[in-house]
Amino acid sequence: MPEIDAGNTAWVIVATALVFFMTPGLALFYGGMVRAKTVLNMMMMSFGAIGIVSVLWMLYGYSMVFGNDVGGGLLGNPTEFFALNGLVDDVSGGLPTLIFVAFQCTFAVITTALISGALADRVKFGAWLLFCGVWATIVYFPVAHWVFAFDGEDTVGGWIANRLGAIDFAGGTAVHINAGAAALAAVIVLGPRIGFGKTPFRPHNLPMVMTGAAILWFGWFGFNAGSALAADGLAALAFVNTIAATAVAMLAWLLVERIRDGHSTSLGAASGIVAGLVAITPSCASVNVIGAMIIGLVAGVLCALAVGLKYKFKYDDSLDVVGVHMVGGIVGTVLIGFLATSEVIEDTNGLFYGGGWELLGIQITAAVATIVFSFVVTAIIVLVIDKTIGFRVSEEDELKGVDITDLAESAYEYTDIPVGGAKSAIHVKGNQSDKEEVKA
Amino acid sequence: MKLITAVIKPFKLEDVKNALEAFGIHGLTVSEASGYGRQHGHTEVYRGAEYTVDLVPKVRVEILVDDNDADSVIDVVIKSAQTGKIGDGKVWATPVDAVARVRTGERGTDAL
Repeated sequence: MPEIDAGNTAWVIVATALVFFMTPGLALFYGGMVRAKTVLNMMMMSFGAIGIVSVLWMLYGYSMVFGNDVGGGLLGNPTEFFALNGLVDDVSGGLPTLIFVAFQCTFAVITTALISGALADRVKFGAWLLFCGVWATIVYFPVAHWVFAFDGEDTVGGWIANRLGAIDFAGGTAVHINAGAAALAAVIVLGPRIGFGKTPFRPHNLPMVMTGAAILWFGWFGFNAGSALAADGLAALAFVNTIAATAVAMLAWLLVERIRDGHSTSLGAASGIVAGLVAITPSCASVNVIGAMIIGLVAGVLCALAVGLKYKFKYDDSLDVVGVHMVGGIVGTVLIGFLATSEVIEDTNGLFYGGGWELLGIQITAAVATIVFSFVVTAIIVLVIDKTIGFRVSEEDELKGVDITDLAESAYEYTDIPVGGAKSAIHVKGNQSDKEEVKA
Repeated sequence: MKLITAVIKPFKLEDVKNALEAFGIHGLTVSEASGYGRQHGHTEVYRGAEYTVDLVPKVRVEILVDDNDADSVIDVVIKSAQTGKIGDGKVWATPVDAVARVRTGERGTDAL
């Protein structure tokens, strides 16, 4: 039996906890950005994704991603490791396979949770949970197999990682482009919130957004440096690049705001941080620190400009999942084709280091394939859920706020006057007002 | 002059505001309120326990109008705030003795 490497294993265990913490961080990041009447629903969408996707991951998700390929590099065998069958004592690459299962579980969870930002204020919690399960199963698990499953000695992995040979270190395609394209499809099918484009939906708690951004950055060190799956120089490189690109992206976003709007904002800083983190995700182990800063600069500027497109094209990507994750993911994935350098990655050079056009073409192919698959399949999923059980809440409930109407709770109880929930009557047996209504 | 006070369902505020704007009302005051009318005494369930709650959240809208407009403004509020379900609220008019615009000192209907 192969030996467990204690040092590497210790780091991957810590990194797993870091990445896991990103999803509650995302809940804070998104929760602060919505209005006070929908913050709980927004946060619950992240927590709900943790619940559903973790369970599916353990049952068959891991197997669909890392099971032996069933054909064409499109999907792993869902029954091979069903319920983690046979993995308890398994050791691979010096790590207990179970910690790799947990590490990758956190990726599946946050990718699904990311989409919720586009659907703020207007969807049923139950419909969201159903969406999480279906989306993880038929979109995330296949795409993660394409990108993350490498060929083994006698096993076959995904087509993007092996046949195409694209570089995606920690998930620019499978995680960010995937979630962003799904968000775009979902909001096009479901339509905008009432008042979109007319009412400024101002964030109700920016300190919460900043706290969320801080947790995301912190957790992202596990995401990127943890993806080395070892406590080594590659992890250190990813760590440094995760600082450098993100710092530059934040500054770049603030500068764009200063020039365009006359003032930089804290929301801009938080958004710039995430844009930088997204863009350096695929590229953190194939560029040097100057490359990382260029990626951060391009991501900060392009994402800051991209978040304005929703008003022009009239799609309500509420919390900018498309503008930050899809655009940032594309920036990071494609710029590898320019900035990859053999200084840090063996035998690979991008266009700027004399490597020619081939790598760029490969990177663009990986990005486009992910966008097309995720967009089309997500549009179908959302359409089917909407036409069957209904995805959106009623107009009246949306105006009252989904917290009180869907969860029968409100985030902030500041008054001592004993006021009931505006709609909690709905959850009540033998409600007096119903009887009176009949009388009247 | 009259003070029109309307107590309405919070989610109807946008509709009422737009309808008043369309009618030609240029200013109003809005505050959060809580209260009950005939629907009071409903029960809510929270964490498995039942509670009787009488107060529900409302929005109070106050508008100063010329005597001649009072009835029409009340109609505008009724039309825009009505859902037909219990708890739609009330709207009433009270006489106002004097009104002044603070910035200019104008009095009476000029200050509206």
